[in-house]
This record gives sequence, C-alpha cells and structure tokens, in this order.
Amino acid sequence: MSNTNKANEAYEKNEKNEITESKKAGGADIIKAENISFTYDGGGSEEKVEALKNISFSVKEGSFTAILGRNGSGKSTLAKLLCMVLTPDGGRLTVDGVDVTSDETTEEDIYEARKNVGMVFQNPDNQIVATIVEEDVAFGPENLGIEPAVIRRRVDEALDIVGMRKYARHSASRLSGGQKQRVAIAGTIAMRRRCIIFDESTAMLDPIGRREVMDSIVRLNRDEGITVIMITHYMDEASLADRVIVMDGGEIVMDGAPSEIFVRAEELWQCGLDVPQTTELLWRMRKAGLDVPLDAFGERECAEAIEKALEKAAKI
Amino acid sequence: MNFDIAFGQYCEGNSILHRLDPRAKIISALIFIVDIFIAKSVWAFLLLTVFSLMTAAASRIKARVILKGLRPIIFIMVFTGIVNIFWFKGERLLVDFWFIHIYLEGIINALLIMLRVILLLMGTSVILTYTTTPLSLTDGLEQLLSPLSKIKVPVHEFSLMMTIALRFIPTLVEETTKIMNAQKARGADFSEGSLVKRAKALVPILVPLFASAIRRADELAVAMECRCYRGGVGKTKMNVLKASLSDAACVLVFILLGVAVVLINKFASGFRIGI
Repeated sequence: MSNTNKANEAYEKNEKNEITESKKAGGADIIKAENISFTYDGGGSEEKVEALKNISFSVKEGSFTAILGRNGSGKSTLAKLLCMVLTPDGGRLTVDGVDVTSDETTEEDIYEARKNVGMVFQNPDNQIVATIVEEDVAFGPENLGIEPAVIRRRVDEALDIVGMRKYARHSASRLSGGQKQRVAIAGTIAMRRRCIIFDESTAMLDPIGRREVMDSIVRLNRDEGITVIMITHYMDEASLADRVIVMDGGEIVMDGAPSEIFVRAEELWQCGLDVPQTTELLWRMRKAGLDVPLDAFGERECAEAIEKALEKAAKI
Repeated sequence: MNFDIAFGQYCEGNSILHRLDPRAKIISALIFIVDIFIAKSVWAFLLLTVFSLMTAAASRIKARVILKGLRPIIFIMVFTGIVNIFWFKGERLLVDFWFIHIYLEGIINALLIMLRVILLLMGTSVILTYTTTPLSLTDGLEQLLSPLSKIKVPVHEFSLMMTIALRFIPTLVEETTKIMNAQKARGADFSEGSLVKRAKALVPILVPLFASAIRRADELAVAMECRCYRGGVGKTKMNVLKASLSDAACVLVFILLGVAVVLINKFASGFRIGI
C-alpha cells in the first residue's frame, strides 16, 4: 500500500514540475495559426462553403481570448480546427508544439496535443458520457490511463474548482444546464489541460446558468493559469477577456484589447454584432453632442463618466 | 415524465446488500436462480422462501416496493397456475366434471410453480436490481466478462454502450415529452381514435426523435474524441472494484443454499414438484 502511495506522490510531483515549467515559459505560444483556411465541400454537391480564409493569429499561454462573430462568421469552424476535430486545408497550424498540418504528424502526436488542449461544447447534454457526475469527470483521466488514486484526487479537485463537489454522486441528468456545463468543464480540468476552448458554451443556458459558467471560466484563467479561448456572441462575456478577436465572413476583422475593440461601435455593428449596452449609450450621447468618453465599461464607470460630462456641460 | 426510469428499479440505501461488490451479487443471483430450479421438495421451497424473506429484510427495502415489483407478473402467475391445475394428474381426485379433472396434487403443484416464479423475481430483484445501481451493474458485468476479450469479444465496447444508453434515457424521455407537447400545441391527438390512427400519430414524434438522437450521437462522438477516448486499450478506472471477505461469504452462502436444496430433495419426504 505504501509503495503505491509513494508512486502516486512521485507521479504528482512530476506533474507539478511540468506545470511550473510551463508557467515559467509563460508567454510562449500554445496555439499558432499561419494563413490557415478551411472549406466545407457541401456534402457532394457543387456548392462549396469557404468558412475560413487565410487566418493568422497566435494565442499566448495563460491568456484569455474571446472570439466574437455572428452566425456563419467561421468562429465555430475555427474552434473545431483548434481542437483538432477538423484539419485545415491550407496554411500551418501548431497546437501545443505539434504541427497539425504537417504530413509527418501522426495520430499519436495529435493525441498528445489533445491531452493539453480541450474543448467544452455548446450543448451540455451531448458531451456528458456517464450517468453519475464524478464518473463523467473521471472519463477523461481514465482514458489517459492514470492511476485510480490520482484520478480520485483530480476529480475532487476539479469539482471543487467549478463548485460542484456536493453534486459528485448525483445523476447528471437531473442537473440544470449551467451545472451540467460546469461538470463538462470539470471533466476537462481533471485532465490537467493547459488550454480550454469554449465553443459558445453559454449559448443554451439561462441567465443564472450563464453567470455560473462564466464565473468558473474566469476563475480557471485567473487562479489556475489555464489558457482560455472563448467563442461567444455575448458582448458582456467578451468584455471579461484580455483580448478580443472579431471575425466576419471567415476573416479576422479586429484584434485587440476589449477597450480598444468596443469603442469601434460602428464597425462592430457592421459585423452584425452588438456593443455592450453601456458603450451604446455613451456612443449615442456622444453623437447627440455630449462629450463623453467611449471606453467607460461597467455600469458604475459609465454612470460616473456621464455625470462628469453633464457637470462639465452645465458649467459652460 | 418520470426521470427515475434511468435508474431502473434501484432503491437508495446502505444495507449489507447495497454495499456488496456487484460481481458477487451477479454471481450470487445466478446461483440463486439455479437453486430455485433444482428445488423439488416442498421443504426445499420452504427453505428458499424463508431465505428470500431474510435477504429482503436484510436489504431494508420496503415490502410495499417489493410487492409492487411483483405486480407485472400476476398475469403470468395466474395463467401458469390455471394451466397446471387442469393438466396435472395425481391420485386424489377433487373435481370430476365432464372433461375437467382437478387433483389435490395439481393444486399444490400449481401453487409451488407460482411460488417459484415469485421467488425468482423477488430473489433476483432484491439481490441485484433493487440494491445495485445500473452503473455498478455494468461495471461488474464488464469485469466478470473481461476474460472474454481475449477471444476478441468486445466487452469494453459493450459496457460503454450500456453506460451511454443508460445515460441518454432521461435525455431522450425529456426530448420525447418536448416533441409531444409541440405536436399537441399544433393540434395532434395521441389518445383518441382507432389503434391504427393512434399508431400513425406516433410517426411525427418518432421522426424528429430519431433525427435528434443521430445528431446527439454525432456530437457525443466528437466530444469523446476530444476527451482523449480511444477504446478500452490503456484505459484505467477511477473506482476499482475490490472483492472483500463479505463478498466471498455472500457467494458461499448461496452455494451452501444450493447444497442444502439438493440434500433436502434427496432425503426429505413429502410432495415433490412435477415440473
């Protein structure tokens, strides 16, 4: 018994070393895309859909990136490429040091990259495999062939992080949408992944569920140092990221910090997107002739900015 | 709709029977079925009945639940009982009317056969389905059958199929309710008309249900691949089944029960069952 314990400890130690090493290397690119493109061949018909056109960008380890875009902008296709469900038709895509597009890359290499880069999908019901919550969280680590005692510990930790520990023995089908989605997140955390891609993971949830899931996502990035790529069309969610990429028609049209992006209200509207309500209010006031800044986010900041501007206007 | 379907007949609890290893319970249930079928003497049946009642008491499951579980087989029981009363030929004739001959032995035989059916259902459900979650049941089956994978029987795939099926029952039940409500809102009627008409009314439910099930299967496959699933090779388990002394004891008790039944059959006098 003590022998296996020792083995487990050594195992955990190795893991921690790996993590600290990767943190030290912080700032390295976990994902690097160079001119990647992808075309759906329309199920045998002549009609081909060019979903992505020459996209280039890279994602730094430990960052929090939001990808915005309307329906059909290619953002979900991009997510599928990043988690290696689809392979780009052209260009070069490197995920966790593995060149996915190279001919020399084997299934085994992609499997290795998948250990570190995972995805949480839109529909919580279609990604939960087991009936009981903790069994489902254990599914990933079990596939990796990790020892039972280590899996147990990781599952408990992962459920703690998303705040679902007390539901460990519950049936997954009786949970709410937000809770199911948190279980799905725990399932990828338990695999100790360094990068998690969220493909509109809040789209099917009610406002409470959305807030629960967003809280978990933010905590993952801030406290656990996990790289987050979040695909969404909710502006308020994107404003939590430290970088926003806006896509339209299969191309990247804007890329920058949220404060830089949201002030470009007219361009966002052209891409079929909304701006946060506060920004829209400030933009309209500005258009009406009031001198307010556009980059005041959050309700309180916005209200203060308006107050200041009104005082200034009253003085004159 | 009742979502408990997913859990079969499982009753929450923490009795000795609940805590036993599922493998021990599967083996015990199989031995118990054999015990019931080799029982011939009335006294053997008495022993088995007492034993079943004792296990039922040990499982701490309410008698009401167990009796309710017997309800679906009432028809079969009555039917086999009646058939046996009329067909059995004994010595003490009770009724002799035209072509109906009823013997005392026929009645006893019929009662014993009914008792056998009751014991079969009660025994297996108390030992297995009431006290074991479907999940640990599949787990136990997978482990018991795992030697078969050496002769290329896809044991792991089979157990994964079971797990996923159990997992998706409540989801699909929910979906069916949704589709039915949607059709009702458009004026569909599922409860009236002839049998053919009602069967036809089910088509607009089944088609969308199948379509969505296929879509779900597709998405689930992608999600599983993203979670590094690649078959049973190299896969570990979080909860490893550990057989303890009490599991061995449980199996042993059922074997001894069988031995007792054989001995009673051989040496005890009294009525013997015909079939």
